[in-house]
Amino acid sequence: MAWFTDFSKAAIGKKAVMAVSGIILFGFVLVHMIGNLHLYEGPGHLDEYGQFLRHMGAPALPPNGALWIARLVLLSAVVLHIWSAWQVTLMNRAARPTDYTYRPQVHTTYAARTMRWGGAIILLFVIYHLLHFTTGTVHPSFEEGAVYHNVVAGFSVWWVSLFYIVAQLALGLHLYHGVWSLFQSLGWSHPRFNLWRNGLAQAFAWIVTLGNISFPIAVLTGLVR
Amino acid sequence: MNLTLHIWRQGGPDQPGRMVRYDVKDVNEHSSFLEMLDVLNQQLIEKGDDPIAFDHDCREGICGSCGFVINGEAHGPLPKTTVCQLHMRHFKSGDTLHLEPWRSRAFPVLKDLMVNRSAFDRIIQAGGYISVSTGSAPEANLTPIPKPLADRAFEAAECIGCGACVAQCPNGAANLFTGAKVAHLNLLPQGQAERETRAVGMVEQMEQEGFGSCSNFAECEAVCPKGISIDNIARMNRDYLKAKLQGVNRLVVVGA
Ligand code: HEM
Ligand code: FES
Repeated sequence: MAWFTDFSKAAIGKKAVMAVSGIILFGFVLVHMIGNLHLYEGPGHLDEYGQFLRHMGAPALPPNGALWIARLVLLSAVVLHIWSAWQVTLMNRAARPTDYTYRPQVHTTYAARTMRWGGAIILLFVIYHLLHFTTGTVHPSFEEGAVYHNVVAGFSVWWVSLFYIVAQLALGLHLYHGVWSLFQSLGWSHPRFNLWRNGLAQAFAWIVTLGNISFPIAVLTGLVR
Repeated sequence: MNLTLHIWRQGGPDQPGRMVRYDVKDVNEHSSFLEMLDVLNQQLIEKGDDPIAFDHDCREGICGSCGFVINGEAHGPLPKTTVCQLHMRHFKSGDTLHLEPWRSRAFPVLKDLMVNRSAFDRIIQAGGYISVSTGSAPEANLTPIPKPLADRAFEAAECIGCGACVAQCPNGAANLFTGAKVAHLNLLPQGQAERETRAVGMVEQMEQEGFGSCSNFAECEAVCPKGISIDNIARMNRDYLKAKLQGVNRLVVVGA
């Protein structure tokens, strides 16, 4: 603990915590999106995939065991990510006590400037998403284990789908600046691959965003029912 | 050419400041921005008013003394140019220009457009040097340096420490300055002995001075009069994080 306090004392240490927790969350959003592609194979396959997630690691682990380990890792990543984002935000506010009277010219990207608001939208989305498809609290006709039914019934409500789409666009922007930025924050910079960083960040953001957005759109257009 | 200037006037460090309007007539388009202010100051002095204070020294774009924000842009609209090298022909008659000092908690305003940048000096004191015994100069070709490394170190060493990076950064961060200074020495063979303590010392001093954190906006790179690359920030981050993982602590704490 003392080691962590010292490591994360300076902003550069906090940004490393933010970047590493971001990498864990990247891995998650990518795998999550790919797993959900089972939706296009029909009810049997998606529900089976849900079963598989619950029984991962058996017989070494009890039912839901691996799932809970993954949830704990993700929760820690989210907590560390938000904690470091909050800390550097406070620090940045304090560093410029007097604003310019003439609005500063902007040279950076829209994605970079919206990291804080985007992050807040994603957080609200994650809470809603858990209440929607994991606990079913805000779902009109939730059935435990009937993943395909839950997704189709959930996305049939147009404004729910709209909220999902908006949140995924926010995630896409966050991923774009995040992937590019983490190389900088962790010092992974080299003239040989610096030119690829922007392309990699864009490709990653587009793949995750388009994949995720396709699900509500497929339900709304009747492609999946 | 005629201009309308709105300039930040502040009598001293603890006094309140405000924007004051000046209508400047018959500006010579061949004069530099600072020469234009010299003419305005002469007129103010003749009227018995207090002239506008601003820092300057070389007026050749190499010393890093000058600098203020013009219409939201550090050193004005021309890329890779200090305000002393910015000429009035880049503006149009009738333009309205807002002149403000660098805004940062770590750079308190001394007077008008002049700020105290001693925080940068203290960051240098915390590791921006190499320790060698004095004596006769060593033979220049004794230490071979690969050309690509020499080039990168030289590009980092171009930083004149003007503070534009801090002024433009929405977070008021000094990572481009500190990154350039750390990378300059850490790239070279002569800098290796103190590589870790330099990174830790300078970064933690920067922190102590009250600068913000880097969000990788790259605003600094866009306004830097020397075009210093943010690759230097990544180099500093790598050296700092590596040193921290090895448990390196700073050797000197420079008092404010
Ligand atoms: C849960 C809600 C989230 C919040 C509140 C949030 C907030 C933030 C903020 C404010 C920043 C920029 C901070 C700065 O440098 O000034 C940031 C950066 C970042 N975020 Fe998030 N974020 C969230 C979710 C995510 C997710 C789901 C991912 C990945 C899938 C992610 C990946 C990243 C990465 C990689 C960075 C860049 C780190 C760096 O600059 O090195 N974030 N986040
Ligand atoms: S006065 Fe020396 S750089 Fe402008």
